[in-house]
Order: sequence, then structure tokens, then C-alpha cells
Amino acid sequence: MSVNDFIHLMPLLILTVGSLVSMLVISAWRNHKIIYVITAVSFVAAFASLFEQRVAAPYTIEPLFVMDGFSAFYIGLMLITALLISMLSYAYFEQREERKEEYYILLILSTLGACVMVISKHFASFFLGLEILSVALYSLIAYLRTRERSDEAGIKYLILAAFSSAFLLFGMALVYAATGTMTFAGIATAIAAFDRLPLLLITGFGMMIIGIGFKLSVVPFHMWTPDVYEGAPAPVTAFIATVSKGGVLGLLIRFFMEVDGFRYPTLILIFTIIAIASMFAGNLLALMQQNVKRILAYSSISHLGYLLVAFLAGNQMGVEAITFYLVAYFITTVGAFGVIAMLSDKDRDAERMEDFKGLLWRRPWTAAIFTAMLLSLAGIPLTAGFVGKFYIIATGVNTQLWLPVAILVLNSVIGLYYYIKIIAVMFQQPEAAMEPRRQLRPSIYMASMGTLTVLALLLIGIGVYPTALINLITTLLHTFSTLTLR
Amino acid sequence: MILVWLIVILMAGGLLAWLAQRWHRASPRWIALGSVLATLGTTVYLWLAMPSATLGASPWLLQYDLPWIPQWGVSFSLALDGLSLLMLLLTFFLGLVAILISWKEIKNKVGFFHFNLLWVLAGITGVFLTMDLFLFYFFWEVMLIPMYFMIGIWGHENRNYAAYKFFIFTQASGLLMLLAILGLYFIHGSQTGTYTFNYFALLNTALAPEAALLLMFGFLAAFLVKLPVVPFHSWLPDAHSEAPTAGSVILAGLLLKTGAYGLLRFVLPLFPTAAVEFAPWAMLLGVIGIIYGAILAFSQTDLKRLVAYTSVSHMGFVILGVFAFNELALQGVVMQMITHGLSTGALFILAGFLYERLHTRDIRLMGGFWSKAPKMGVVALVFVMASLGLPGLGNFIAEFLTLVGSWQANNVLTIFATIGLVMATAYSLRIMQKVFYEPAAVEQPELPDLTSREMLIAAPMIAGILWLGLYPQPVLDLAKPSVQEQLQSFVPSVENKTIVGRQTAFTTTTTDTVYFQITKGITYERK
Repeated sequence: MSVNDFIHLMPLLILTVGSLVSMLVISAWRNHKIIYVITAVSFVAAFASLFEQRVAAPYTIEPLFVMDGFSAFYIGLMLITALLISMLSYAYFEQREERKEEYYILLILSTLGACVMVISKHFASFFLGLEILSVALYSLIAYLRTRERSDEAGIKYLILAAFSSAFLLFGMALVYAATGTMTFAGIATAIAAFDRLPLLLITGFGMMIIGIGFKLSVVPFHMWTPDVYEGAPAPVTAFIATVSKGGVLGLLIRFFMEVDGFRYPTLILIFTIIAIASMFAGNLLALMQQNVKRILAYSSISHLGYLLVAFLAGNQMGVEAITFYLVAYFITTVGAFGVIAMLSDKDRDAERMEDFKGLLWRRPWTAAIFTAMLLSLAGIPLTAGFVGKFYIIATGVNTQLWLPVAILVLNSVIGLYYYIKIIAVMFQQPEAAMEPRRQLRPSIYMASMGTLTVLALLLIGIGVYPTALINLITTLLHTFSTLTLR
Repeated sequence: MILVWLIVILMAGGLLAWLAQRWHRASPRWIALGSVLATLGTTVYLWLAMPSATLGASPWLLQYDLPWIPQWGVSFSLALDGLSLLMLLLTFFLGLVAILISWKEIKNKVGFFHFNLLWVLAGITGVFLTMDLFLFYFFWEVMLIPMYFMIGIWGHENRNYAAYKFFIFTQASGLLMLLAILGLYFIHGSQTGTYTFNYFALLNTALAPEAALLLMFGFLAAFLVKLPVVPFHSWLPDAHSEAPTAGSVILAGLLLKTGAYGLLRFVLPLFPTAAVEFAPWAMLLGVIGIIYGAILAFSQTDLKRLVAYTSVSHMGFVILGVFAFNELALQGVVMQMITHGLSTGALFILAGFLYERLHTRDIRLMGGFWSKAPKMGVVALVFVMASLGLPGLGNFIAEFLTLVGSWQANNVLTIFATIGLVMATAYSLRIMQKVFYEPAAVEQPELPDLTSREMLIAAPMIAGILWLGLYPQPVLDLAKPSVQEQLQSFVPSVENKTIVGRQTAFTTTTTDTVYFQITKGITYERK
């Protein structure tokens, strides 16, 4: 490895070192605060090291990795998200007796896995990243062992994830059998030679779609989502909903752009069906839920459906729209689960509707932030979610995907109904004067509240003045290796 | 810049009112009052400072442009013409009334209430001013959320249902408009190479007939639901009757007007051919609305619901006039927007006064108030008479102009619309009869007459409706250039000699020089 390789892999190396240092410190001296500081510092340092890179041209580390503007943006996004989640986790875990220090090691490792996926250009590194992410997530989901539902969630995720990994591996093997190579670029050249895709290759792609679809929790591979969202601790849920999906989506975009999968009507048809089914299933099932975490789980299924609509466009604008929407979605999801984490107490998460009753009068700021997050999920102006949804609809109209766009619009209306339901509960007058169930220490409370305030300001800032973010995305994506190739 | 300030004052005032509640309980009211007075003052100043002579050359009085999202061709573009100015005057006047009316009615969460009130007003102001379709959609949505909160938090018993229904109806229809806006944006972009949401640029888009029709339906969806036109009206009675008085005033007086404004400003100039094709159906819907609204209004027992259905009926005249495509009818529509805002707003306020005193909206439980509360009776009489279209009051002028205009376009439907006026007499007199004249069926509690604060609210509204009825000329003058601007595209080009086929021409030689043709297969060229 040359020095340049080191510089370009610096974010990942910093994360690795961060997790090792945390492990050593834990073995010497168990202290929540110190471990937390190490975690935060490694995220910040990894993020800072991104600025050291020249993203003007894609930099490849043969044969596994490629660093370009696209991966820099996604890694940065995921690092910031992980940092925010760790800040919310601190308050959340501080009040619990369980050994909380190992949580941070797992958090760093799973972030590392997601980052590896985004920069991989080879099946080996892709699978490596996916497994680092998954294995860390198995234990994260079941982290609060004494909770009623955490075992169920952990085991469910473990079995289904292992199952989907098997599909993915088998799919990769079939693709390898058909093309004789495992690099994305190699596959692209190999299939460019066929006039129509051989059955072996289509089967391979289909199996890979199963593996990826599971991670993205799109219909029909979404069964685990509500149970895992419900059973996992709130910050972990936020992590699954954002970083884990973001990494897989980044990989999917890179792979598809590279092999130019948009040329094949079969694949487009598959993704169209998945997108439409996800939008409908997510929204319709969310209507029937009473548990806020489950509602958000189903809503995340439908949001992935919206993202796939932009994905179907398969052009530069589509990638920009996905990236923009992903930023909005990350902010919103972390914010929403952050509010849930903040309101949770020792025994269970604040996930029932009653927990939110009259929140606007008890804790006006928390409720206002949660309202802003929900409105952003619903795509109402003044929030980032609106601009994101607008971007996606614009992309769809531009490439004349009338059916998916019409269904997206229809689903936005359905979705509105359950977001409003939560908001309506928040401004109901509580019957009895409900006291906050517990009081956090003011400093910790301030940390959570500060994080949430930052998220809310970002949300509204991007919603009112999206120009800066759009500029950033377009400049960085300019060096997206596969886009410049075409 | 002054236009931006109008919006900024309202938004900042709203935030300040919310925060100020901490320090003093009554301060939000004064802050809200101050900000609306400031905007009203500014608008009146603009009105007085613009001599009508300057209106001749271009209908635009003021324009403001600032790039917002240049990558997408979105700019923060505001412009003021006579029509917008009239609408702004109405907005701020009714906003002022809404604040005064809530002075005693709203007792909890005063700060948040005024925040919502001012933000609704800011959204409406934006809708009336913006000349960028992206921004238009933005403001169109901004006014929804605070209104939703106003109904949902401070409304009557069934408020949650009403708030939901209002929100989902308007949001769904708004999204269809968004699709149409995007369609127009991309069609224009692919034709000219410049992608922009600017209204003036998009005016020159040449559209294939089918595309124009589809895009127009997208816009119509939003405006017809908001207006509302009969098959899409079912949110209105619920929202109006469950909202607090201030909410009802703003809903009836302003939110409905944004639909009418949208028809005038966007549907007519953007899709002239498609609009002509759709006109008979639109006018039919209008007439159905007039009659259906009147019948349902007559059969209501809930006073606020009754007034809500009269809105459905009155808004029928608006769509009838808009799709008549001539200056008289459009002038009538503009008048109707203003006078309906005043008269219906006043009727909702009266309903609010009665509810405050009796805690019921059921007119079967009322009666014989003429002797108990003579001042209230007189105020009610004025606005009931206005609502039934008595000459001398504003609504008469509006409905008269609309009917004269629509007669030139479609005789049969106009006759049916006129029947609606007779029915308006029936339901309006029923209010007077049941509430004020007839002896009460049940024992009545003591009914204090209007206080001086309430008279302060009622007096300017009476003055306004009388003024509009007796001397509407300033309003007509102010609206004239804008109305002509909207109608420009309906004057078929003179050079176009190749008109063949079936055609029916109405030439109105009485007062104006608008030529109107129903044709099949002619292209209308814009000047």
C-alpha cells in the first residue's frame, strides 16, 4: 500500500483504530464517559480526514476500493449520522444499568461496515462490508437483553439476515459463473458483450436483489422491519433505519450505474414492482399501527419505495435526487427516533401513543421538534423532506415514469394520515396532569436536546434554502466514477 | 422589497408572539395586532400612493426578484398588481378582525394561537403575491399547517375529524397541482432549453391540446377543492363549523379566495384553449354548486354549518363568472371575492358572538333576540341582506356583474344561476326569522347585547359592505388592468384568418371590447 492509499482509506482506518482503542480501554477501565468521548472523537476525526482527500478524480485501490466524490459524500453523511446517534445514545444508555460501553464499539464497527460497502467495487469488499455491518447489528439489536422484545428482534434479524446473505452469496457466485469476474467494472464489460442477458446472470442478479432488498427492507423482504424496529433500543433503530440502509443504497447505486442495469427491462420491471409494492404496503400497514416505532418502521419501508422511484430514473438527476432525499431522510429519522429515545425511560421506550399525549403542552420544544420531523416525513414545505420529495417527483416526471410518480403522490396522501395522527395526539389536552416520568440530569438532557435542536435547524435550513446542499451534491457527484465514465 | 417585508413582518410577528407568551400573557395579542396593523397600513399606503393613472401601461405595480434555488430555476419572485392589492387589503383587514374576535374567545395557548394565525396570513399573502410556481406551491402548503392546528386545537367538539378532513383534501389536491406544475416546467424546459418556474416565462409555453387539458386538470384539482366546487366540497362544512370563529373567518374569507385567485391568475392565462373547452362543464358545476349549496343551507340547523353552505352557493358564482371569459364577469368575480369575504366573515362572527353567549350553534334553540339584543339584530340584518344580494350592499354588485357577464357566455345556465339568488333570499331570511324574530321554542338565558369591542369589529365591516355596494368604482378601477391581463389570451389574434369550421361568436358591444368565441380547432395566439 502506498501513502496515497493510506490517505484515501484514512476514514476507515480511524474507525478501526477507534474501535480497538475503545476495546482496550474497556478492558482496563470501564467508564461510559471516556468510551463515549473516544467514539465521538473517532467519528469526528474520520470525518475530518475526508477533507484531506482530493476528490477531483476517482482514486482506485485495486482491486477492492474506489474513492470518489460519491463515496466521500456518503461516508461523510454516514459518519455525521453515526456521530449524532452516538450523542443521542449517551443520554439513553446513561440511565440503564446494563454494561453500556461495548455498545459504542459495535456502533463504530457497523458504521465501518457501511462505509466499506459504499467504496467497494468488488464483490469481496462488498460482502466484507455487509457482514461487518450485519454482525455488529445482530448484537446491537439485542443489546438490552433484559427487555421483553429484544431477544425476539435480535434472533429474527440474525436468522433473516443470515438467510439473505446466503442468497446474496449464491447470487454472486452465479454472476461470477456467468461472467468470470467479481469486479463491478469487469462484470460491466462482460455483460456488454451479451446481446441479451443469459438466464444464469439474471438468476444471479435476482438473488442479489433479494439480499440487498432485505437490507433495504423493501417489500416483499420487509417482514423483519417492524419487529426489529420495535424490539431494538431507539438509537439502534435510528441506526438501522439510516446508516445501514444508506450504505446498501450507496452500493446499489454504484453497482447498477457501473453495469448499467437500466438497459434491461427485466431488472427495471423488478424494481418498479418493488418500489410500488413498498410504497403501498408501507403506508397501508402503517395506517393500522398503534405503536409509534412500528409506524415509523412501516413509514421507512414506504420511504425506501419513494427512493427507488428516483433510482428507476437511472440518470445523474436520479442519483442527485436519491442523495438529497437520503440526507433529508437521515436527518428526519434520526430526529424522530432521537425524540423517542429522549422520552424513553428505564423499562421501555416511549413508543405508545399515550406517551405522546399532550406532549405539546408538557414539553413544547420536544413536541415542536417531533412535529417538524413528522411533517418532513410527510413532505410538507419549510422542511427538507418537502424539497427531497419534490426532487424525486421532478426526476420521475422528467423521465416520464408516470405510474410510479402517480403512486408516489397517492401514497404521500395516505402517509399524511398517520403522521397527522401522531401530531394530533401530541396536541390533545391530557386528562390528568401528567408529570414527566423521570428527570434526566440537566447536562445530559441538554446534550440530547442540543442534538435534536441542531437536527431541527438543519431540517428547516435545508427546507428553506436547499441551494447550498444541492450545490454540494452536484459538485461531489461530478466525480462519481461511473457517471463520468458514461 | 416592500412586498417581502409584508411576509417577513407576519412571520416574525408570529414567532415573537409565540415566544412572548412566556413574559406576559396578553402580549401575543398586542404583537399580533401590531404586525397586522403594520401590514394593513403598508398596503393602504401602497394603494393610495399608486394613482390609477399609472395602472394604464402595465398592470404590475411592484416586482421583486431574488434567485432562490438557481439550479432549478426557482426564484423568490413577488409581484403586485391591482388584483393582488385588493386581495391583500382583504387579507389584512380580515386578519385584523380575526385577531380582535379572538381577544376574548381564545383563552388557552394564546401565543401558539397567534403564531398560527399570523402564519396562515403570511401563507395567504405569499399565495397572492408570488409569481413563481414553485414558490406558489410552497406558500400554498405553508398556509395549510397552521390552519390545521387552528382547527385541531381550538375548534369545537368534532375538531379532530374536521381538521383531518380539511388537511387531507387540500393536501391531496395540492399534490396534483404540483404534478401539473412539474409537467409544465419540463415541457417548457424541453421546448426552450431554460428550465424555470417563472410565471411570465411559463405563460409562453406552447402545449399540445391533450397535455394542456391534463395539466389544467392538475391545477383545477387544487383550486376547485379549495373554492370549493360541489363534488369536492365536503370538507368545507365540517372545517367551517368546527373551527374557532377566527378560523372560520379566515377559511371563508381568505382561504376560499385563494382558489378563486388561482383560477384567475393561473388557469385562465396558462391554459386558454383547454379552459375554453372545459368552460361549459365548469359553468355547469358552478350552477350546481349555487343551487345545491342553497338547498343544503336552507335545511341546516347548525348556524355555522348553514353559513358554510351559503359559501358553497356563493362560490358557485365565482366559477360561473371565471369561465364566462369576459371582463364584466371577471370584475364580478373579483367583487364577489371581496364582498363574500366581508359578508360571510361577518356572519361567522355573529355565530361566534351567539355561541359565546349561549354555548350552542343550534338555531332551533334560539329565537326572539331582536328585542333582547337590538344592536346585534341590526348588524345581523345588514349582513343577511348582503348575503341575499340586496341592492346597495356589495354582494349585489358582485352577483349582478357576474350574471351579466355569464349571460353573454351561456344563457341557459345563467337563468338557473339566477334561481339561486331567489333561494339565497329564502335561506338568508330564515336566519333572521329563526334567530331574531320568531319567539323562542325553549326558555332563553339572558342575552347581553354587543359590547363596544364587538361593535368596533362590526362597524368597519358594515361600512365596508355599504361602501362596496354604493361606490364600487375604485375597486373596479383597480382590478380592471389585471382582469384584462388575464383575459388577453382569450382575444383571438386578428391576423389569424384561417379560422374555419364551426364557430359561434359573441360580440359584446355594450361596454367593453372583449370578443369571445367558442370554437373547435382554432389556435388562440397570445398578444
